Amino acid sequence: MTKILDRLPVVRHVRQSVGLQRGMLVTGLAITAVFVLTAIFAPIIAPYGYSQLRDASGTFGAQLPPGGAHLLGTTVGGYDVLSRVIWGTQTAVIVIIVAVLLSIFAGVALGLISGYIGGWLDRVLVVIADAIYAFPSLLLAIVAAIAISGGQSSFWGGILAAAISITFVFIPQYFRVIRAETVRIKSEAYVESAKVIGSGAPRIMVQHVLRNATRTLPLIFTLNSSEAILTLAGLGFLGFGIEPTAAAEWGYDLNKSLSDVTSGIWWTSLFPGLAIVLSVLGITLVGESLNDLADPRLRTRRRAEVAAHTPDPLEVQP
Amino acid sequence: MTAPEIAGPASVVPTTRPGTGGNKLLRFIIVRFLLIFPTIFILVTLVFVLMRTIGDPITAALGGRLPADQLAQRIEEAGYNRPILVQYFEYIGQVFTGNFGETISDHRPVVDVLVRYGGATLELAFYALIVAFIVGIPLGMLAAYVRDRWPDAILRVFAILCYATPVFFAGLLLKLIFAVGLGWLPVAGRASVRTELQLTRVDDPTGIYLIDALKTSNPGAVYADLLAHAVLPGVALGLLTAGIFLRLVRTNVIGTLSMDYVDSARSRGVREYRLVTKHALKPASIPIITVIGLQIAVLLGGAVLTETTFEWQGLGFMLTQYLTARDFVAVQGIVALLAVIVALTNFIVDIIAALIDPRVRY
Repeated sequence: MTKILDRLPVVRHVRQSVGLQRGMLVTGLAITAVFVLTAIFAPIIAPYGYSQLRDASGTFGAQLPPGGAHLLGTTVGGYDVLSRVIWGTQTAVIVIIVAVLLSIFAGVALGLISGYIGGWLDRVLVVIADAIYAFPSLLLAIVAAIAISGGQSSFWGGILAAAISITFVFIPQYFRVIRAETVRIKSEAYVESAKVIGSGAPRIMVQHVLRNATRTLPLIFTLNSSEAILTLAGLGFLGFGIEPTAAAEWGYDLNKSLSDVTSGIWWTSLFPGLAIVLSVLGITLVGESLNDLADPRLRTRRRAEVAAHTPDPLEVQP
Repeated sequence: MTAPEIAGPASVVPTTRPGTGGNKLLRFIIVRFLLIFPTIFILVTLVFVLMRTIGDPITAALGGRLPADQLAQRIEEAGYNRPILVQYFEYIGQVFTGNFGETISDHRPVVDVLVRYGGATLELAFYALIVAFIVGIPLGMLAAYVRDRWPDAILRVFAILCYATPVFFAGLLLKLIFAVGLGWLPVAGRASVRTELQLTRVDDPTGIYLIDALKTSNPGAVYADLLAHAVLPGVALGLLTAGIFLRLVRTNVIGTLSMDYVDSARSRGVREYRLVTKHALKPASIPIITVIGLQIAVLLGGAVLTETTFEWQGLGFMLTQYLTARDFVAVQGIVALLAVIVALTNFIVDIIAALIDPRVRY
C-alpha cells in the first residue's frame, strides 16, 4: 500500500520533504484544496448568485460598505462582493483545467514528434516556439482573445476564449520541456533495443519516450495553473474577460473598482485581489516545493543518509 | 510571468565545429543577429493571422455604426477587400520598412503613436528595473546566506507573493494606502498638469520626461514632481520582477556554493558572507543577465496593466484605449513594435552573456 502511495507525485513529495520545505508544501496544498473545494461548492457557499442584483427585500444598492446582509459589501454595479469572489473561483478553476489540458495535449504531442523525428521539422518548430516564448504572454493572450471572441463573451465563449488564449502561451513551454527530454531519452540504450526488435516509431514514442519524459509535468502544471489565473485576471482587467452576467471573474471586478479606489472605497478591489493572490500563492507554493525536491542541489539535506538507501524516485523505468 | 528555473534560454544557435579558430565570438554575433529576423517574422505573422481571423478591422471597429454601403466603401479604400495573401505580403513589407499603417479610430499613423507614447513606457520599465535590482538582488543573496532557516522561508514567501500579486492589484493597494489613505503621493499620471505643460513646451521634446526635464527652467522642481509620480507605478511593476530576481539569485548562489572551488575557499577559512557576496555571486550573474532578457517581455506585458492602473500615458495605456475602441490596426501595430523590441533586447542580452562567459559562444 505504502509503495503505491509513494509513487503518486504529490504524496511522494510530502513524504520526501522535511522541515521548512514540508511546511511550504503542506501550506500550499491546504490553500489549493480550499481553492478547489470553494470552486466545487460555490453554489452552496455563495450567499447570492454572481449576477444577482436584488433579493426579496429589493435591490442591493451600489457600493454598500461591508456588513449586514453583504458581508463584504457591494460593487459599483450593485453585485454582492462575497458572492462574486466565491463564484470567481469556479471560473478560475474551469479556465485552468481547459487551458492546461489543451496545452498539455498539444505541447506534449508536438514536443515528442519534434524531438523524436528531428531534422528540419524540429528546427522550424523550435524557432517558432522560441519566438512565441519570448513574446509578452499577456499581449499574445490579448491578440488570441480578439481572434477567438472578437471581444464579446458569453459564459462558455468567454471561458473558452480565455483558456485558448492562455493555451497559446503555454504550448511552447510544454513543447520545450518535452522536446529536450525526448532528445535525451532517444539515445538511451533501451530505445535502441526497441528499434532493434522492430518496434514502430509511434510505439517507441509512446511506450518508451513519453513515459520517461513526463517527470517534469507536475511542476509545469502547477506553474501554469498560477499563470493561467494571472493571465485570466489580466485579460479581465483590460476589458477582455467575461461579461459579469455570464460569470464572475476577478479581473473584471478589479477593473470596475479602479474608480472606487480614488474615492477611498476599498472593499470592491481588496477582496477579489486577495482571492487572486491567495490562489496563486497556494498553487505556486506547491510548484516551488516540487521544483526544489526534484533538484538535489536545492533539496534540504538533513535526510541525506536515509535517502541514500531509498531508490531514486525519478529513476528511469523503461 | 515565465518559469525561469525550468526553462533556460534558447538553444537553437547552431554550433560551430570545434577548433575553427579565434573568430568564434564574431561568428556567434552574426548567427545570433540573423536569428532576429525569423523571430520578428514569426511573431508579426502570428499577430497578423490571429487578428484577421475575425475579419477586416474596419467592420470590427465601425460595424453596426455605419450603413453597409459606407462600410463597404471604407473597406475598399483601405484595401481590405483584396486577397488576404496580398494584404499579408504588403503588411510584411511595411513592417520591415517601419510603416505600421494608420489607426482607424483617430486617423493617426501608428508610428506616430509609437514614438509619442513609447518614451513613457520606456521610463516606466526603467523605474521598474531599478526597483527590481535594489530589492531583488540583495534579498536574494540574503536568502542564500540564511538558506533553509526561517528568514529564508519568509524571503521566499515574499518572492512568491511578488509573483502572485497581479501588478494591477499591487497598484490598487499602493494607491489606496499611499495616495488616497495617507495622501503622500499623487494618485495617477506621469506628472502634475503644470509640469506636463512645462515639459511639452521645451525645444524638440523627446517624450522621455527624464531627459526633457533638463531643458526646463527649473529642473529641480520638475524632477521632484516626476519622481513623486513615478514611485507607485515603479514599485508596483518593479516588485513583480524583484520577486523573480530574488528567486533566481537565491537558486543560483546556492548552486554555486556547492561547487568545489567554493568548498576549497571555505576550507581556507573564507567567511560565509564573503563566499556569498564575492565567490558565488559572479558565476550566478550570467543566468541573471539571460533572465533579464526574458524579463523585458514580462515588464512590457506588466507595463500594459500598470499604465492602465495609474493612467500612465504610455504604449500600454494607449493599447487599452484602442482595445476598447476595437481599433485593431492600432493594436496590431503596437503589438508588432513590442515584438521587435523583445527580439532586439534578447539579441543584446545574448551578446552580453557571450562576452561575459565564453562557454555560451559554443
